[in-house]
Amino acid sequence: MTRRTFNPGRALAWVAMTVVIVVTVFPFWWMIRTALTPAADIYTDNASLLPEHPTMINFLRVLGLTSEAEARAAGGSGAHLNFAGYLWNSIVYCGLIAGVQTLFCAMAGYAFARLRFPGRDLVFAIVIAALMVPPIFTLLPNFILVKDLGWMNTMAGMVAPTILMTPFAVFFLRQFFLSLPRDVEEAAILDGNGPWGIFWRIALPMSRGPLITIGLTTTVWAWKDYLWPLLVGRDEENRLVTVALGVFLQQSPNTQPDWTGLMAASTLSVLPVLLLLVFVGKRLVQSLNFTGSK
Amino acid sequence: MITTKPRDDRRAAWLFLLPVLVGFAVFYGYPAARGVWYSVTDYNMLNTATYVGAENYAKLLADEAFWNSMKVTAWYVVLNIGSQTLLALGIATLMHRLTRSVMLRATLLLPWLVPNVTIGLLWMWLLDTNLGFVNQLLHAVGLGPVGFFTDETWAMPTVAGINTWAYTGYTALLLYAGMLQIPQYLYEGASIDGAGEWRMFRGITLPLLRPVLALVLVVSLIGSFQIFDTIAVTTKGGPVSATQVIYYFIYLQAFKYFHLGYAAAAAVFLALILGVLTAIQMRLLRASRSDLA
Repeated sequence: MTRRTFNPGRALAWVAMTVVIVVTVFPFWWMIRTALTPAADIYTDNASLLPEHPTMINFLRVLGLTSEAEARAAGGSGAHLNFAGYLWNSIVYCGLIAGVQTLFCAMAGYAFARLRFPGRDLVFAIVIAALMVPPIFTLLPNFILVKDLGWMNTMAGMVAPTILMTPFAVFFLRQFFLSLPRDVEEAAILDGNGPWGIFWRIALPMSRGPLITIGLTTTVWAWKDYLWPLLVGRDEENRLVTVALGVFLQQSPNTQPDWTGLMAASTLSVLPVLLLLVFVGKRLVQSLNFTGSK
Repeated sequence: MITTKPRDDRRAAWLFLLPVLVGFAVFYGYPAARGVWYSVTDYNMLNTATYVGAENYAKLLADEAFWNSMKVTAWYVVLNIGSQTLLALGIATLMHRLTRSVMLRATLLLPWLVPNVTIGLLWMWLLDTNLGFVNQLLHAVGLGPVGFFTDETWAMPTVAGINTWAYTGYTALLLYAGMLQIPQYLYEGASIDGAGEWRMFRGITLPLLRPVLALVLVVSLIGSFQIFDTIAVTTKGGPVSATQVIYYFIYLQAFKYFHLGYAAAAAVFLALILGVLTAIQMRLLRASRSDLA
């Protein structure tokens, strides 16, 4: 193959790609830039790429690390903010859901793929039918259920509907287990392993890739959850980052929102997923190949 | 050769399935049945639900606010899916023909990783009427400030645009993954025959991508119908009810007015639409599988 020296079409394509990247990244830059701007400068210093007087005060005050007087002086409304706590709640929420759900769905997926028992295909079909039920439909009754159980404003109530299963994860992991070669498992049966032993010692270690994929996808979705935690986890103590951002905006005066504080809090809500992207970005990007189209 | 006896793993199997079946029964099956039941009652969270027949449905069909919400949702879906699909197709094609960079793909994925609430806030700031960056830009070229969220005509295109920004990269990566399945020699052959990029796109990429494109389109449609977070943060259904989509309508009925029976009836309606779309998706999933296998 020969490489052409200059191809105007290709150059134009790269220009277009660059525009796409700038449009994707710039809003995040502007968010961080605003978070680093003193609230007092917001009217005068809002057109340059870098703040004139960069400061960390907005981060400190939304993390709850300053006194109320200091926070107020730096542009806060005086309402108590504790984004360190909300971030922790979100991490616990995501970790619980992703970890437990992935394990349980792997167990079920394995049973549906490999174990033999009467009614298997029927039970599987019923579970998969739940894919057709949109979240809003079960949301109202689940809200009442959680209320009746006395789980309002508890972590238990927040994770309950999704921690045990989602139909998609069961479906996805069953597909994977179906594709595993059977010989290794058969050898293990001959060695006297029961279904449980094979699952733990052979099937699970062989499916690290798909387990990580589904775990990561679940983590990302859980991180973005808003409506359900808003309904059942509004209390300060269990508030997730997303819910806290909504509350923060509401507390902020309509005429003059606390933009620097809001952008600092927004930046904090992006930071963990940004770290995820840095450390497992390759895996996430590749996982789209098989959760998406295949 | 060893012949294995027909196995029956009944006992082990039910243990393996126990957590998932409990989760399914308690948080999917039971609430789904309960939702249908509420839709034919006058339940309002404080009373004991009494059966009212099809009253909620009749009321719904006569409710202007409900029809407005359907109209507004349709408008959103058209704006969002139209722009998002076209842009994603363009970006995926560019990537496919230009580079395999993982770094680039990860960057495009970034907005998808961020909560919709954050994205809503971020754009509220960027599009703020007085201080927002975009209005500063417009001002610099002599255009007057636009009330992106407060103007009745602008509000919905703005919300749709924000979500297009948030999900185009993700959609592009799904399409790109589909494009990678297309054998490279087809392009090499076409290139030797002197075909240009546009002809290759029309003649090779588009037709071979069709099953993946159809699937991605349906998945995006299902997601698009369920727009809520962005609107809950930015416009709250306003101005007037220009952005009061169906999800927000249901939310207001249930959690602001406590008309749970009525909200459940509206949810049944939405579930029917989404059920049909999901059924189509499952069909396409099977179709695309056999195509690529």
